[in-house]
Parts: sequence; structure tokens; C-alpha cells
Amino acid sequence: MNDMTPTREQRTAALEGMGCKRKRVEDIRFTQGKGNYVDDVKLPGMLHGDFVRSPHAHARVKSIDDTEALKVPGVLAVITAETLKTVNLAWMPTLAGDVQMVLADGKVLFQNQEVAFVVATDRYAADDGINKVKVEYEALPPLIDPFKAMDKDAPVLREDLAGKIAGAHGPRKHHNHIFEWTVGDKDLTDAAFKKAEVTIKEMISYHRTHPSPLETCQCVCSFDKIKGELTIWGTFQAPHVIRTVVALIAKLPEQKIHVIAPDIGGGFGNKVGAYPGYICAAVASIVTGKPVKWVEDRIENLTATSFARDYHMTTEIAATKEGKVTGLRVHVLADHGAFDACADPSKWPAGFFNIVTGSYDFPTAHLAVDGVYTNKAPGGVAYRCSFRVTEAAYCIERAMDILAQKLGMDPAELRLKNFIKPEQFPYHSALGWEYDSGDYGTAMRKAMETVKYAELRKEQQQMRAAFKRGETREIMGIGVSFFTEIVGAGPSKNCDILGIAMFDSCEIRMHPTGAGIARMGTKSQGQGHETTWAQIIATEIGIPADNIMVEEGNTDTAPYGLGTYGSRSTPVAGAAIAMAARKIKAKAQMIAAYKLEVHEDDLEWDIDGFRVKGLPEKFMSMKDICWAAYNSVPPGMEPGLEAVSYYDPPNMTYPFGAYICVMTIDVDTGVYKVKRFYALDDCGTRINPMIIEGQVHGGLTEAFAIAMGQEIRYDAEGNVVTGSFMDFFMPTAVETPHWETDFTVTPSPHHPIGAKGVGESPNVGGVPAFSNAVNDAFSFLGSTHIQMPHDFWRNWQAAKNLGVFASA
Amino acid sequence: MIPGPFSYHRPATVADAVKLLSTLGDEARPLAGGHSLVPMMKLRLATPEHLVDLHNVAGLKGIRRDGNKVVIGAMTTQHELLASDEIAKSIPILHETALLIADPQVRYRGTVGGNVANGDPGNDMPALMMTLWATYHLDGPNGAREVAATDYYQGAYFTAIEPGELLTSISIPVPAAGHGYAYEKLKRKVGDYATAAAAVVLTMSGGKVTTCAIGLTNLSEIPLLADAAAKAVIGTSLDAATLKKAAAAAQAIMAPAADARGPVEYRKHVGGIMVTRALQRAAAKAS
Repeated sequence: MNDMTPTREQRTAALEGMGCKRKRVEDIRFTQGKGNYVDDVKLPGMLHGDFVRSPHAHARVKSIDDTEALKVPGVLAVITAETLKTVNLAWMPTLAGDVQMVLADGKVLFQNQEVAFVVATDRYAADDGINKVKVEYEALPPLIDPFKAMDKDAPVLREDLAGKIAGAHGPRKHHNHIFEWTVGDKDLTDAAFKKAEVTIKEMISYHRTHPSPLETCQCVCSFDKIKGELTIWGTFQAPHVIRTVVALIAKLPEQKIHVIAPDIGGGFGNKVGAYPGYICAAVASIVTGKPVKWVEDRIENLTATSFARDYHMTTEIAATKEGKVTGLRVHVLADHGAFDACADPSKWPAGFFNIVTGSYDFPTAHLAVDGVYTNKAPGGVAYRCSFRVTEAAYCIERAMDILAQKLGMDPAELRLKNFIKPEQFPYHSALGWEYDSGDYGTAMRKAMETVKYAELRKEQQQMRAAFKRGETREIMGIGVSFFTEIVGAGPSKNCDILGIAMFDSCEIRMHPTGAGIARMGTKSQGQGHETTWAQIIATEIGIPADNIMVEEGNTDTAPYGLGTYGSRSTPVAGAAIAMAARKIKAKAQMIAAYKLEVHEDDLEWDIDGFRVKGLPEKFMSMKDICWAAYNSVPPGMEPGLEAVSYYDPPNMTYPFGAYICVMTIDVDTGVYKVKRFYALDDCGTRINPMIIEGQVHGGLTEAFAIAMGQEIRYDAEGNVVTGSFMDFFMPTAVETPHWETDFTVTPSPHHPIGAKGVGESPNVGGVPAFSNAVNDAFSFLGSTHIQMPHDFWRNWQAAKNLGVFASA
Repeated sequence: MIPGPFSYHRPATVADAVKLLSTLGDEARPLAGGHSLVPMMKLRLATPEHLVDLHNVAGLKGIRRDGNKVVIGAMTTQHELLASDEIAKSIPILHETALLIADPQVRYRGTVGGNVANGDPGNDMPALMMTLWATYHLDGPNGAREVAATDYYQGAYFTAIEPGELLTSISIPVPAAGHGYAYEKLKRKVGDYATAAAAVVLTMSGGKVTTCAIGLTNLSEIPLLADAAAKAVIGTSLDAATLKKAAAAAQAIMAPAADARGPVEYRKHVGGIMVTRALQRAAAKAS
């Protein structure tokens, strides 16, 4: 060896593999405005579609007159439910086993519901056209409050379901009832409550909000009449699922459907489902023979495509006087809006809400969820969370604080006392999950030590005393949240979408010069897959990440996969990538053995190639093996070096974390200041720490927005009152707090590289941390629970309700 | 979010702009920074058939000192206002307030004239102009005239401007040397209209308030001058009882709408707090 020979460290670093803070390769185009999004797709002769939408929340559609609209220059067609009926597409199936109107069929059931689709030569003409379509409505009484949905005299929303006593998830109790889902042992739980020394009960609401990605939902559909082929460019988090759904509902042969998801500007669950815009654009293209583009605007996005949350969770905990939890009982009233268009694995009408026992060792628990229809937009998507996990984490984390308050215990101490212990893993929860790994106490204590928790509590005591003496109008809250997520849907034994098991896939093809291309069934919407997937391959097979091109989103070339949402990409596709890479490596080892003239077993892997054990100079690099794979393979071996893996995970992964938020609130104005936010995440093996940090920053910012003001709010008539970024809280850099991030590493024992998924943890854990901080701030004034969102006026309202101004 | 059809005009002189506005009639709207008009057009809440873009009109820009007044051209942007030494030196409350308007992108484009002219109750400058006793210069088919800012606002989006008229400049008497000032604005986030805001300009002598004007933003359908509140503080040292009295007097004329910023009661409550805080901060600045 001479001085020029790279060291082992240099060789490892050159790969930029797992653990490297590799810069995001996709940012080269994104930061220069050179991304290629759906709205960048411009085809010759392309037409534009736009919707006539309902001003009413609930009304009968008496007539639709398109005469004047068709006179507008450039307007070519006005599609209504009647048009769609001719191709049997007036209604479409939802992912939740319900059906949904594509265009208003006799009735409208929420404000801004799609009523007619105007197709024109440009976007302006389409909009001029929609303003000329005359729709006659007969207003019906709207049902807005989910707690009144099952009243005897509640208006009938879904006339199409008349007489249906059962839905996709069992019996229906009322004409506005969708399903009841129960988990756990009711008798055992009731018994635990009967003999409990201490109990708490609170109705904890998680308000309706919206994922609101920067890029709204959109598509371009192009039907080639000669070939009978339909090509769809769309903002799809799950392109293959869209292809299969189109094949099933449009009765087109699946090989003739090409779905392409180009660059996507954020998804957060908003882009999982199928929307009327996609169907209408496809039908319009089939009818006109021309490509048709549909692009949602911001108001449409916020008011019509896929809200999130809207869970009202009556929560009870039974415990001993010493603060050991003995039982959990939760009833959820789930407001699904006009159609059940929840994007959950098909067998899970309330997603994985049964993770609601959280990080705590509950000996028994019982959960019941009732889904109801209201005159609101359909959806119920997992907004940066894994299928109702955010709701569950909020529910249990808020409830644990309420229990701590009742017991007079510190909320962090109560958590430490009830954590599932490291030696209990794999842990079987009372509501049916098998937690893979965790070390909760270590994470919690690290968080407490880093923020100097005990000192913060002292500071809070002093501030409370000063407030009572009238020396300050500010109150201080410390919000503790310890969440356990369940991500990586999922094992085929319990997860499918419309019958398709929720595996994921990777195909790697190495080129002769030591480079390669990898394709997956996932689809990045900003997660940085092009960067991180290459890092996994780099570490696994010793080819620099820079030499691996990652491609996603084209269903013609990518292997079938279920897409990216629910933090499933790393747990499922990440595993498929490692498994495919290992197949490549196995073949490479045979080639290296042949070339080095030894038996395979005499070789050992050494960073970027194989070495003969005991003979360090006999080495063949992976780069050279790639060349040999195409030119001089062993006799009898097929040439080439490629592999595909479809990975059906044996279990979910269970990331966790400890978050602490310190906040002050001015009681006179309700204005809050986040003084400190510390987030410790344990997502198992860390592939790219920089990307993880970015994910945590983004998710915390969303959590901050949701907890502190972001909501889709309806007035009593069913009008959306927060339908633009004026009123729907989207924080800017100015409002966003400073984030401190930290980590522990507890690898997943069943995942090939031990990784768990992290994208959604900060949203899941962040919301309770903020809400607990607000609630903790007010608790000394006598409150136990204040509902989110905690925007300025509601904080003032809380202070007022607690008598702060009466005594002043 | 797509505007209806409209014709676009780009005159080069005030006379041409006025001629266009008066001949095209009610369906013509002048276009300055466009931050109020264009969003309304995109929602088709405004559907003007003609836009008369003022960006090419000579003589509508600039800030100049004219004796004891400062004259600001209507097409002067908020950014230009912020960059002006004259403003920073002689009317610093304008600088302070402009900084609270939206964000840099908006301030590069948004104009002072546009902010005051169209009568949007959410805009910050109108109440401030009333507080500063500003005068608006209008030019129209019947010649030029002046309207005091305090007489200009009649209702939400209703002003003293007549059809065909254009607001060309604003003149503001320079407040007395040593005056105190403050603009207190409570908003939900950058870019939002005020939940409540109060402007105070006052002078002090021997620790007592000698003159005072208080303006209120977004607490009624028009900007308000809180006369009774201002009177209540004259001759006082702004003790706690006076501040309470002034806030109550200001609250008595507030009539905000309930919206996503909060219910009426909250907006009036914080309106009073903005008045109190602005008075205190202005007094601390006075010499």
C-alpha cells in the first residue's frame, strides 16, 4: 500500500451510505425551479376542466342548465352526473368501502361539492363557463354537529343508503351512522374501572384540519383512442393503486393505463385518495379525444379534497392512588363528512387508532369508534400520520396529563411510572398490537435532563406565584409528550387496500461501469427518496450513492408498490431495497469467487468489494464485479446484475419520542410564545440524519400549526369559514418556533436495516406537546382540559372562563 | 381563482388616467399594487371590465418635503416608504407601521395610495393617516380637490372618491418635534390584517399629555379616530385610571365583526389593550 491508497474510512465516506448527512440530490433541480410538476405537463391540444361547486351544504339539485355556458367562447362541454351515468361513473367507490358522488346526483351534501365539470380550451374560458352554468337548488336542513348526527329527527343525508342496515364495516345503527368498530375486552375493562381507586373522564376533541400541501391536487388525463390507452399524470402518493382503481372502475385493461406521478409538491395524505377531478378529467379526455388538465385551486383544496382528524374522543383512565394505570376506555365519535372516504387500510375503519394505549403498560383497554355522516367534505386522511395515530397519540397524551393533574403528580413522573419496560418487548398491547422495540425511560430521562426539567418546573412555580401577586400577566406551561407511533403498513396478514396486500418493492439494475438504477413502488413528495434510497444501496453493495439513480412514480417502469404515506416507505420499501441489494450482492459474490479463483465461502465483504479471507491483496471491487457481470460470468450463470424484491413486512415498526414544549401565554390577549421546543426521536437506524432533522422540523411546524390554530371550521349553515390561507393557519418562518432535535437509537429487530420511519413522528408527538403546554399553563387556575386549537382568542376565552378578568 | 375578462390600459399621465376612468365609467378600476383588487378579481368578487394600470403614470411616485408637510405620491410603494430617510426622520410612525404591513414581497409591490384609497377596513394606513391629520389629493374630470383623511371613509370600500377620480398624493403635516408615537397591531401571523390595531401620536410637556390623536384599525367597517379617548388623556400623566378610561372610551366606538380572528367581545377587548399599549409606548418615546 502506498500513500495514495484510500483508508477504510475514506472508502466508506466515498460511498455516502447510511448514516451520512448526504445533501439531497433532488434539491439541485428544486432549488433552481427546474422540477417537473403536474402543472408543468403541457400537451398539444390540451383542454382544461374546472368545477361548478355547490354553495350549499345540503340541498336538492332541481336542475342544471348549461345553455349559456356552452355559448362561452372556448367552452366545449359541460359534464354532469347525467353524463357520467352513461359510462356508469356518476359514483365511485371510496377506499373505505363506501361510495361517493363524482358529480352531484340529485343532491349536494357539502359546501363546494362538485356539481358539474366544464371543459374548455383554456383555464380562463373554463372559469368563464362555470360562472354561466345555472344550477337550481332547493336548500335542505344541514347537519353540521356530529353529536346530533344520530338524533332521531336528524336529516337524512345519504338517500342512496336507504334501507341498508349494514355498511362495509358491519351494522349501521342510524341513517347517518357509518360503522361501529370495537376493540379490546369490554368486561375486563369495565371491571378494572369498577375497582379503580382513581378515574378520570374527559371528552377530548381533535378538530378538523387539512394537510394543505404547497401543490394542490391535479392531473392531466390523455386518452389515445387509436391505442385505447389512458395516460394519467397526477399528484399521486400511490400511483400503482390509482392504476388498479382506474382499471377496476373504468373497466380498462390495466396494461393500457399508464400512471405517472412526476415531482410532487408535498402530499401529507392529501394525495392518497381518488377525487372527482381525476374521474372527470379522464372521462372528458375519453369524450373529447384530447388531453384534459384539472388543477385544484387553494380554496378547492381546503374545502373539498380530504380533510383530516375530526375525532371526538371520550376518554377514561382507571388508576391506582400511586398512579399506576389499570384500564383505558375510549369512545370516539368520528365525523367523516358526507361520504366515508377515509384513506385507511381496508379492514381498519378507524385506522390504527387502537394504538391509543400509547407508550404505557395498560393491563386492559376497550375502544369503540362510531363513524357518522355530516354535511361536510369527505376525507379523513392521515395528515402526516399513520392512519389515525395522531388522534390516538393526542388522546392518550392529553389524558395522561389530566390523570397526573388529578393525582397531583408530575406528568413526566406519571409517564415514567407507566412506561412499557425495555424487557417487555416485543410487547403485546391490550388493544392487539405487538410493539417491536423501545427504550422509553432512557429517552424520557434524556429529554428531561437536556431541558433541565426540574428547573423549568421551579421557574413555573415562581411565575405562577408572581401572576397571583399581580406582578405579571403571563402564565407559563410545560408540555410533555411521549408518543409511540405505529408505522409501516403493512403486513399482509392485517393490511390491504381494496384487497391488495400492502407490501412494497424495489428493483435494482446495475450497469457494467459500476453504476445503477433503482426503482421503487413508493413515491417521494419531498421526503428525499432519491437521496436516501441510494444511501441504503450504497452501504449494502458498496457502490457510491452518487452512482445510483433512483426513479419512482412511473407505473410502467416501477415495480408494483403501495406508495408513500403513513411513514411506510422506509419500513416497507426501505426493507425491499435492502433485500434487493442483498440479492445483487449474493450474485456478485459468486462472480467475485470465480474471478478470484476461490470458493465463495472464502470471501468476505469489505466496504466496497469482496476480499479473500487471509489474503488482503486479493480483492475485487463491486465496480469491477459489475463489469464482469456483463462480460465474464462463471460458466452456467446468466449474465447481468439485477434484482427485484417484494417485501411483506412481518410486523409494523414502532418509532417513539419524547417532546417537551415550554410556552408562555399573555392572558390579556391570548398571545403565546413558544420559548423552547425539544424533540427527541427514536426511529431506529438513521439513514440520513440531515433528512431526519428536516423531516422533524417540517412535522413539528405542522404540529405547531394544528395545535395553535389550523382548522377547517364550519358555521351552523355548513359554510367553511377557514377556506383560504388568510384564515387557515399556515405559519411562516416568523411564527415558527426554533426546534431543538435529539435522538436515541433503538433499531427495529425485524427490519433488515433496523429502520423505523420518522416522517410523521413530529406531527404525532408535536400536537400533544403544544396542547399539553397550553393546558399546563392554565391548570393552576383550575382547568383540566381546554380544546384545541389554541389560537389567541381561544386562549383569551379560556382565561376569561377561568375568571382571570373577573378578579382583575 | 381565475379572474373574468377585462381590458388593460396603461396611461402615461394623470390626465390620461383620469380621462380613461371617467370615460370608461363604473366598470373601470385603477390598478396600483393590486393587493386588494387582484385577489378580489380572482374570486370574481370584483369583475371590472377595464383596469387602468397606474405604474407608467409620471409624477405619482416619490416622497418630498414641502415646508412643514411631507407629500407622498400615491404610487409610492411601502418599500420606498421604508427606505425614505425623510419619513424615518419626520414621521417615524409611518415607518413603524409600514413594517407591520404583510411581508417584504407585498411591500415591494403594495402602494401607499392603494392602501388608503380603496377603503378596505383591514388596511393599516387609513387610521394612521387620520391620526396624522393627512390630506388626500384627488384629481378628476372636474379638476383637483383635497379631502381630509378624516372625511374620506364612509363605509367598507365606500369613500369620498367620485367616479373618474384618482387619488394622486397624500400630504401629512409633520408632527411636532419630540412627539411620541406608536402603532400597536395584534395579528395572527405575518401577512394578516389586524385583529385590532391602534395608532397614537401625542406630545408631552412636564410629564403630561398636551396633544393626542388615536386611530383604530379594523375595529369597525371604517377606520376610526378615537376622539373621546384622546381627549381623556389630555392633561394627564397616563396613570392607570386614565388608561382604563381611554381604553373604555375607544372601545365604546369599536364595532368589529366576528370572524376567524375572534368574536366581537375579544376584538374589542384587545382593541382596548392596543390603545393602552400604544399610549404607553408613545408616551415613553415623547420628549
